[in-house]
Amino acid sequence: MNEFMFLLQKNVKPDKMSRRIVVIWFPHLVTDWMLRKQPLLKEHSFALAVSEKGRRVVKAVNTVAHARGAHEDMAVADCRSLVPELQIFDFNIEQPEKLLTALAEWFIRFAPSVSVYLPDCLIMDAGGCTHLWGGEEEYIKKIGDKLDRLGYSNRIAMADTVGTAWAVCKYGTTNTIVKTGTEREALSSLPPAGLRLEGEVLERLLKLGLKTIGSFMYMDRVALRRRFGQGILHRLDQALGAVPEALNPIREIAAYEELLPSFEPIRTAEGIEIGLKELLTTLCLRLQKEGKGLRKCQLKCYRIDGAVEKIEIGTNKPSRNTLHLFKLFELKIPTIEPELGIELFALEATVVEELPNTQDALWTVSSGNESVIAELLDRLAGKNGAQHIYRYLPDEHYWPERSFKMASSLSEKPAYSWRTDLPRPLHILPAPQAIEVSVPMPDYPPLLFIFRGAVHRIKKADGPERIEQEWWMQEGLYRDYYCLEDESGARYWVFRAGDYNSGDPKWFIHGFFA
Amino acid sequence: MRRVADYKVIEQLQRQINTLQGGREGLQENQKVGLGAIENAFPGKVFPKAAVHELISYSSEEATSTSAFISVVLSKLIQQGGYCLWISTIPRRNIFPPALKAFGIDPERILFVDTLRPKQTLWSLEEALKCNALTAVVGELTEINFSESRRLQLAVESSQVTGFIHRFRPKAENAVACVSRWKISPIPSIAANTTGVGFPAWDVKLIKVRNGKPASWQVKYTPKGLEYIEDERIHVPITEERQTG
Repeated sequence: MNEFMFLLQKNVKPDKMSRRIVVIWFPHLVTDWMLRKQPLLKEHSFALAVSEKGRRVVKAVNTVAHARGAHEDMAVADCRSLVPELQIFDFNIEQPEKLLTALAEWFIRFAPSVSVYLPDCLIMDAGGCTHLWGGEEEYIKKIGDKLDRLGYSNRIAMADTVGTAWAVCKYGTTNTIVKTGTEREALSSLPPAGLRLEGEVLERLLKLGLKTIGSFMYMDRVALRRRFGQGILHRLDQALGAVPEALNPIREIAAYEELLPSFEPIRTAEGIEIGLKELLTTLCLRLQKEGKGLRKCQLKCYRIDGAVEKIEIGTNKPSRNTLHLFKLFELKIPTIEPELGIELFALEATVVEELPNTQDALWTVSSGNESVIAELLDRLAGKNGAQHIYRYLPDEHYWPERSFKMASSLSEKPAYSWRTDLPRPLHILPAPQAIEVSVPMPDYPPLLFIFRGAVHRIKKADGPERIEQEWWMQEGLYRDYYCLEDESGARYWVFRAGDYNSGDPKWFIHGFFA
Repeated sequence: MRRVADYKVIEQLQRQINTLQGGREGLQENQKVGLGAIENAFPGKVFPKAAVHELISYSSEEATSTSAFISVVLSKLIQQGGYCLWISTIPRRNIFPPALKAFGIDPERILFVDTLRPKQTLWSLEEALKCNALTAVVGELTEINFSESRRLQLAVESSQVTGFIHRFRPKAENAVACVSRWKISPIPSIAANTTGVGFPAWDVKLIKVRNGKPASWQVKYTPKGLEYIEDERIHVPITEERQTG
């Protein structure tokens, strides 16, 4: 049952929750993506170009063309002279961002905070994550393997700061891990471009023969600022960790989220259930500690092929009862399509409310009924939809349709008492239906009426009870309601809209009395 | 002429049979619901609470009277507090909540659940009947077969919840595992000295009852409660066929 091996990983303790930045560089992002779509292009050299200032400029080249000397920002004509059989496709300027964002979403399985760094990098904060993969080397090796399998050429570096990691990634030669405190050594042999400096500053540095970062890193700061401006010092400080650098993650880390990666892709409902139970237990434990309960919860299953399967539940009362929440999810598990397998589960409590800690024993005995009913309603809501559960409270309106309102919770108490002094039918029609009547005199109840083709001869009648329109809410005719009883003893609630002075008023049936 | 001892033996045996058939043991006089003469038709002269009752109606008028009768029984059951679930399939439900108060129920004590399909109604009914925190569950549906009703009956036997199944225009009155089958229809009200409409009056027919005696009554519902109409009974034919048109 190696499917459930992820359960073992929990025993490994994280060493330190410091910031560890991983930069992933995709040298051929867009062309690699095209190769994924059109594998037949693999052996061919091709490039993507845009029109710029009246000429065609190459914006991306694939590895084959790159090996033969074509590179970005060359004119198409120059590339053609190097690689005569070069195929040119149109370059979509928005494509890199789109691809990076999609990749960043996918990378959430490796670290919770992933940001896009245009034009071709992803930056993640892997602090406290690497131990799950058995150490930093294993971690970046795993990422590299995954990307290789997807067909993206990549280089990965890890360091304490974004600056160092980016420089090592872009200008190093292999995947590198920079240990904490060794940033200076790592940077010293790299070209100044690794500091993300402006073109003008780079040119001046080159002119002065400062070809590595090491050659000016230890220079007097005042002298550096005088010659190259504040920018170079700022970038240097960022790389060395003296100045913090903010990242802009594609997704905020959810306040109440638990992640569970799995070594082997999970395809069975049983596997999903085990994973879900694990996550619910940890989440509920945390909610318990903080005196909170969840109202809405979402389980995201990140599939091996990049798709995300989601199921969501809602509760009528804040809850942190693992068993109950699991039952709610259980109803929806069949809708998950694991396809090739799920490699990461993320459980997020999207809506959390205060739920004071009570003793569990009291909870089930004294005020237990409401909780148990709330749990039943959750199950019913899971099956039928929450919008189909109603509880009514009186509302201060005479208009029959508005004389009650929906309660928002099980514990809401009525603000007014229900009226019983006026006759109201037990069954009401969804909307009043027109009837034909025979009336002896205006303001008299009908002698007979025809409803659904049947003639009802009236034996007894009460009324009228006039109900005026609530003009501040709705305009229209008032209603004169009559209670009628026919020969067989059936009782009806009918009304006349308006009066006989203003023409021929219409009659309606609105309900049935018991 | 039987001796007193014989009656005692027979009574004891009857009680044993009741227990075997899922009835609660030792139904006592003080467990009466308070429905008066109607309760005498049931074994032990007590309205069975941990059971599913079936009510059938064929017209809107009958359905309303049936709902009212259920409400009257509910009001007795719900007296000590507690909640009741009212499950119906869209678009059947037509209860006007404020009117329930006239039958002694606080409408906020009733939770209405609407389902999209009859199958969901049955599922919800079973789940609700299993929940012992509820006092009673009312289900409005059309068709139910024997095995489905058996599941409901088994659910209430362990949870002690009272179930009511209100079937509106069923295709056939098939055999079900419910403890009783009722038909309620409206009869002309009796208003003293006025031409107005009097208190609601119904013809209550207990057509089938397990281990009891089928009977019929004519009652009216006044603010004081259920009152039996002893004199001038009106003949009400039993509607069986599905009415068309």
